Amino acid sequence: MTVTVKDKTELFSPQICAEIDRWIAKYPAEWKQSAVMGALMIVQDENGGWLTTELMDRVADYLDMPPIAVYEVATFYSMYELKPVGKHKICVCTNVSCMTNKSDLIVEHLEKKLGISFGEVTEDGRFSMKEVECLGACGGAPMMQIGKQYYENLTPEIVDAILEGLE
Amino acid sequence: MTDKLVTIEVNGQELQAEAGIMLIEATDAAGINIPRFCYHKKLSVSANCRMCLVEVEKVPKPLPACATPVSDGMKVYTRSPKALAAQKGTMEFLLINHPLDCPICDQGGECELQDVAIGYGRDVSRYSEGKRVVADKNIGPLIATDMTRCIHCTRCVRFGEEIAGIREMGATGRGEHMVIGTYIEKSVDSELSGNIIDLCPVGALTSKPFRFNARAWELTQVEAIAPHDSLGSNLNLHLRDNKVMRVHPKDNESINETWISDRDRFSYEGLYSSDRLTSPMVKKGGEWKEVSWEMALEMAAASLKEIGDGDQIGTLLAPTSTLEELFLAQKLMRGLGCNNIDSRLRQGDFRMDATQNSVHWLGSSLSDMDQMQTVFVVGGNIRKEQPILAHRLRKAAVNGAKLHYLNPIQIDLNHRGDQDVCTPGEMAGRLAAVAKAAGVKASGGGASLLGAAKVDESAKQTAANLKAADGALVMLGAMAQAHPDYALLHTLAAALAEATGAQLSILPTSANSVGAQLAGAVPHLQAGGTAAERAGLDTLRMLKMPRKGYLLLGVEPGRDFWNGSLSMSALQSADMVVAISAFRSPELEACADIMLPMAIFTETSGTYVNAEGRWQQSRGVVRPQGESRPGWKILRVLGNLTDQPGFDYIDSQQIHDELHKLCESSTLDNKQAEPQNLEPLLSADVLLRGGDTPLYACDPLVRRATALQQTQDAGSDTIRLHPQEAARLGLDGSDTALVKQNGNQIDLPLQLDERIPQGCVWISTGLARTSTLGQPFGEVTVEKA
Repeated sequence: MTVTVKDKTELFSPQICAEIDRWIAKYPAEWKQSAVMGALMIVQDENGGWLTTELMDRVADYLDMPPIAVYEVATFYSMYELKPVGKHKICVCTNVSCMTNKSDLIVEHLEKKLGISFGEVTEDGRFSMKEVECLGACGGAPMMQIGKQYYENLTPEIVDAILEGLE
Repeated sequence: MTDKLVTIEVNGQELQAEAGIMLIEATDAAGINIPRFCYHKKLSVSANCRMCLVEVEKVPKPLPACATPVSDGMKVYTRSPKALAAQKGTMEFLLINHPLDCPICDQGGECELQDVAIGYGRDVSRYSEGKRVVADKNIGPLIATDMTRCIHCTRCVRFGEEIAGIREMGATGRGEHMVIGTYIEKSVDSELSGNIIDLCPVGALTSKPFRFNARAWELTQVEAIAPHDSLGSNLNLHLRDNKVMRVHPKDNESINETWISDRDRFSYEGLYSSDRLTSPMVKKGGEWKEVSWEMALEMAAASLKEIGDGDQIGTLLAPTSTLEELFLAQKLMRGLGCNNIDSRLRQGDFRMDATQNSVHWLGSSLSDMDQMQTVFVVGGNIRKEQPILAHRLRKAAVNGAKLHYLNPIQIDLNHRGDQDVCTPGEMAGRLAAVAKAAGVKASGGGASLLGAAKVDESAKQTAANLKAADGALVMLGAMAQAHPDYALLHTLAAALAEATGAQLSILPTSANSVGAQLAGAVPHLQAGGTAAERAGLDTLRMLKMPRKGYLLLGVEPGRDFWNGSLSMSALQSADMVVAISAFRSPELEACADIMLPMAIFTETSGTYVNAEGRWQQSRGVVRPQGESRPGWKILRVLGNLTDQPGFDYIDSQQIHDELHKLCESSTLDNKQAEPQNLEPLLSADVLLRGGDTPLYACDPLVRRATALQQTQDAGSDTIRLHPQEAARLGLDGSDTALVKQNGNQIDLPLQLDERIPQGCVWISTGLARTSTLGQPFGEVTVEKA
């Protein structure tokens, strides 16, 4: 094992570094670590939707933070994934408004159709399901989020149509 | 904060408090108890446990006393129905997820949660749902974890960030799923990590070596002084059945505050090592035989006398010995006409001795350390030499002080600071550059270096910061003192300090490094700390010009010396080696002819003089093991048996008092005249070895502390070098390499490390295998194994 003195530009590709630098520039120089959420998102997207410990360590080095402080952020927010997810991450809201509008039927339908439950990935790696709390779209309950897109006023039929429309 | 006082009323009692302080500080000062878990006087306020809720008049909701500043006319009720309801409610919620496994919990009996639950908990739980369980991670050999017991006070997390300076613990997850831990399986490596055991209010973090060994109520607490570094941290020893079961800090705001280093906390394990020397032994025909004390002492005295010429004896004393031992040992030996007395076993250059006539010290009080504005450390990795002192320096840095380091290796800092890293051979030149930038004229010892020095930006910056500071230190650390050109570094540092108005600080490396100078346990100073009438040989010359006989006190040949192999060969070639020692090691047995078992730390009374010159006394609190006896008693009898007057002490206090009187007019002063004809001894153009003494390799006791030896800081028998240097030496791809120094050679595992400067290979001293090589700084060759 070689103990290395870190050269930051070697931590990520130039393109990723540039994207993270854009976030760093939004904050005062001594508050570089404020860019941690943006940086984690960029790195997660690049890595197929999830974060490894090694990637979090790199973010920590890039932003001069202790690694544990990055783990804290990554484990706190539900938008960060610490295990592999499907190509399409289906986040179904089961909070109050969605629940009273029968989100359980949507969950049941998805589980039957995909053969997986919350926290699992389909064998072909195309889909994964995640239970989330309110995403702020109560007016369109029940709702789900796939990737960065919200889908509202769901019924099993609509869900079928949406899934078929995905690559 | 202002000095203005406000008047508040707590439970009808009127109190004066400094404006702006938190309510809990005011009530603590007045002795009014408010329950708390997350609040700690030395940590930031987090106010997350809610246990300290109190009622404040005209405020509709209860307020946390730890986060509510006092204000004039405030009326507080800590035990009103509203306050009690809030406190009891909080307690009930805290207990929801607590396992209540007190019968198998090490914290039982000294648990803040238990104590507070007695006062504020319900008799019966109303909670029937499932409790959380947290899977434990192994965080190293020192701290046992049972995170299911954790109540999320975050003291350990804040300690890491605010005191240790490396955040290793954190709160991951959210809500019900939040856990305190390291997230990944990793050891907690801070040299102050054991303090989180004390901070943890429950049994989530407990001492691993102490685990399941005793209950708090079985232990008796006695005070002691830590015997390793030069701080003299105050300790509370916890004893049972004549045995030290564990060690805790004792608050002393002007030394260790409320912390101790892991070394001071866990070194007690070494006391119970299986190789304690427990009876007097004599070597006969190469075989060790147990003999009576009488016989051993008579033989020792006779053989010392037999040598006849005192100058043919060398006296090597451990700098961790008590002041009384050091004083008596030198008194005994000077009485026998031997002035070859030294306790600076790891020093690399003694050319300064000729002109030294005062006692070298830290150059500042410990409590002034945190007020320094600039500190320039030359050849020192203070964190891994003297952790509590490093904590003070870190406090200064956090307060805005500028810290500069000049070292032959890049060190891990836990604060902001500038590091200048160069090979050991370049150090004096780089220091000269800073001195030149500060306006030091080329003259005296460092003249050629000063003349040749190139002043760069970093040298200018360091000099400017030293000049601008109101309170600055130029500090010579352990690596500087082990440097073969220490006299040059010392001279240049003194000139730099003089030119910038900074204090020169010569960091005493061991528990009694200052004490040894006061006691006359160095060849050039006599008891009282003044220049000796007849200077003897220093450690290095005693070994380079082997003596016929040696007296060793608490010293292990090989591992305790600057030049391990030289110490072995000199001692082995002697006719007679009398060793007063607490331990037997193969190296000692190979060298010694008579071994006298000595009581050490906790078993003997004695004084330690710390880095700032503070005399602190420790009592003997457990019986010495086997037949071992306190060192001062052994030396007293040797004095009697060699027919010397003035060895009729009844107790160690008399010895202390005698020396104390001699020291009345002694001064601690780092100023001295420059020695003549100083030329660099270490070449800058060859491949050089660099080497530190790892934190847990410094003395015989700590080397036997099993848990500490399993940590990162124990160091390893390896060759560390820069990847490019490895390539240059044709070692890329090799796992091991052969290292040769002064005719000795061993093969060691190779580790690539970019922190090592090129032109240098790093091999620590004081370790099992590396101590068979030579000095930490010197010429070496490294080749394929």
